[in-house]
Amino acid sequence: MIPEIGTGALAVGAALALYGGVAAAVGAGTGRSALIASAQHAALAVFALVTGCFLLLAYAFLTFDFSVRYVAIQTNLATPFYYRITAVWGALEGSILLWAWMLTLYTLVMVLRHRAQRDLYPWALAVMLGIVAFFLVVMTIPAPPFERLTPVPPDGRGLNPLLEDTGMITHPVALYLGFTGFSVPFAFALAALITGRVGDAWIATTRRWTIIAWYFLSLGLLIGGWWSYHVLGWGGYWAWDPVENAAFMPWLTGTAFLHSAMIQERRRMLKLWNISLVILTFGLTIFGTFLTRSGVIASVHAFSQGSIGAFFLSFLALVLLGAFGLLAWRWDRLRADGELDSVLSRESAFLLNNLALVAAAFTVFFGTVFPLLSEAVRGVKVSVGAPFFNQVNVPLFLALIFLMGVGPLIAWRRASVENLTRNFLGPVAVGTGAAAVLWLVGVRSTLAVLTLGLTVFTAGTMALDFSRAARARMRGGLGLLPAMATVLRRHNRRYGGFAIHFGILIIALGVTGSQAWSVQTEATLRPGETVRLAGYAVRFDGLSAAQDSTHAKVIGTFTVSNGRGEATVMRPTKKFYPQEQSPIAGVDYRMGLREDLYLVLGDFARDGSQATVKALVNRLVSWIWIGGLVLTLGALLAIIPDDKRA
Amino acid sequence: MWKWLIPLSVLPVVVLLAYGFRTNPREIPSPLIGRAAAPFALRSFDGAPVSLESLKGRVVVLNFWASWCYPACYEEAPVLERSWRAFRDRDVAVVGVAIQDKEESARKFIRDFSFSFPNAPDPGGKVSIDYGVYGVPETFFIDRAGRIRRKHAGALTDELFRTEVEKLLRES
Repeated sequence: MIPEIGTGALAVGAALALYGGVAAAVGAGTGRSALIASAQHAALAVFALVTGCFLLLAYAFLTFDFSVRYVAIQTNLATPFYYRITAVWGALEGSILLWAWMLTLYTLVMVLRHRAQRDLYPWALAVMLGIVAFFLVVMTIPAPPFERLTPVPPDGRGLNPLLEDTGMITHPVALYLGFTGFSVPFAFALAALITGRVGDAWIATTRRWTIIAWYFLSLGLLIGGWWSYHVLGWGGYWAWDPVENAAFMPWLTGTAFLHSAMIQERRRMLKLWNISLVILTFGLTIFGTFLTRSGVIASVHAFSQGSIGAFFLSFLALVLLGAFGLLAWRWDRLRADGELDSVLSRESAFLLNNLALVAAAFTVFFGTVFPLLSEAVRGVKVSVGAPFFNQVNVPLFLALIFLMGVGPLIAWRRASVENLTRNFLGPVAVGTGAAAVLWLVGVRSTLAVLTLGLTVFTAGTMALDFSRAARARMRGGLGLLPAMATVLRRHNRRYGGFAIHFGILIIALGVTGSQAWSVQTEATLRPGETVRLAGYAVRFDGLSAAQDSTHAKVIGTFTVSNGRGEATVMRPTKKFYPQEQSPIAGVDYRMGLREDLYLVLGDFARDGSQATVKALVNRLVSWIWIGGLVLTLGALLAIIPDDKRA
Repeated sequence: MWKWLIPLSVLPVVVLLAYGFRTNPREIPSPLIGRAAAPFALRSFDGAPVSLESLKGRVVVLNFWASWCYPACYEEAPVLERSWRAFRDRDVAVVGVAIQDKEESARKFIRDFSFSFPNAPDPGGKVSIDYGVYGVPETFFIDRAGRIRRKHAGALTDELFRTEVEKLLRES
């Protein structure tokens, strides 16, 4: 019964969402409140239906209902309880369902928060329901999660072993909350274009939404990096794979929008730019799904493919043509009121930041679709790898770190010499000093010296600003800690932003350290033999075999001792899944603030007489995850309601 | 009205992406096309020697398969056997190479599809490395002069087998 109930519920949901979208639009156009109320009821009903479908699919997974094709492909009787839940969104159909559910959730929250508004909200509701309708139609035609499988097989195929990981609960959830979250600013931006109210209202309404979406997208990217680092077994966390790029591009344009929105709030500039950025960001989230799911571009992420590509491409074309068409139509109202007064001003720092972010997004886009372009124009198959992306993006990111230090402290409109010396003399000195010290202690990587110098400079500007604010409070008679807490609470937007910046700096530190100073080696050892790397001695003790519920594995036992004579045993494995053609690495690692030791078991002799081990010492990688935590705290601080008392 | 160029600029991108539907990014052109096929000397599951050398002067269809390759190899197996029976009297040889397979499963596969052309395991994967095999199934069409003329990735069809082999047969 489950296939029929689920399929029916999704079809009804699609129809309701379409109706709600049209009702909200007509209600908004004619001012008939009854229609808007009806659209709200439709939104509520769609949320209930999609929630029900999600629970139904989860139930089918938990009870091994192999009459549902998707369940039979994603699990088998050996799949443990925990992964049967994550398997719900482990592949195309279920992840579209998760996406749709989040969209309906956001729509519901939007209804609850903004239903009293009558200017932009009705149109925004229409747009949201339109997007929801699209996803529900996708699940009715090209990607049905509840498709029936006949005859019902006795057992399923089993989950992709790479997805048997805790990161798979949080990574897609965070990423999709980010992707879908950008629908809300997009919906309000379209509402602003349709109504012609392109002033600050839509920016103010969507500020918190944008930060939430941005935060989840950042978190999703970081957890994806973490998953790649500890599951894939190649020792890295980012590979510029098309699928990673697909998630990174909306992050870049979304980050640009977060900043340029502040200029519109403050100076009434950049209206056109802001709306374009929001359209672009939303378009890129759809583009990302298209890229991942259409099979148009080769990627190491072996995701499923199907006719879904055509659906997403049509939707993307509709969104971009429609939204930019509206933008052209409202062209005259989008002209800026304010003007740029001086190159030395906060506005121009923010503009440069925007240019760098959008340039980065463009190069990532270009690199990602270049293989397609090359094949279309020259008929030559190429692949674009990390060297291209690194070469163009590293300078842009260095510029961004610098601007991160300058932007928040330089004066609006026109910076005076006094403003510049007061805010930047100290940090420049500290940053230069740090670079010099690094050079003196023997760091010869120009890139590392430059990055770390800039990071120290930017951290210095933030420390200076925060300590000044706290000291001002202390003069009012507060102690140090209460003064700091008051500053954070009273100016939560500013210092939440600072904390996010600080998190990004910490991540930059981790990225720089791991790129500049990591070392690795590979050796084939007989039992008792040792390979040495960066002060570690890794001794091969032997091989053993074990059987898990879903796979068999071969375990290598290695005794690792560091220079201080402490010894520990590490056990990297190779896992053999019946449904997979090649074995999967099970990494073993020891994390530390300074460095991680990371062991991957390679080829081995069946009799245990020898094994190849790849050992990596990855420097400062932990700081990437720590930076993620700081970023989380900053985002929380930035979205708490403003404190207007006293 | 240059402002309308903004929405219109979306079109070329969409067209490019739509073009992507017509291409298969996983299809990698083989640099071996037109080159002499690497020689191999294997021992078939029946114990008979199979070598490229001994097939010189014939059109050779070299097929890489595995019993774990489901469903493509299973779809292709009847095609191979059928086509081999149709062409066996016309100076055509079909050779199957089972790669990364367990001997028992490979033998069962051969029995299940009643293969009557020679099939051999590839110990150490030497032959599949020589031919740059990326996945299974892959099929190489080798002409009478011993040059690789075409590589096909994925399941074969009767049509493809016939046209390619007929073409190579006509050449001499």
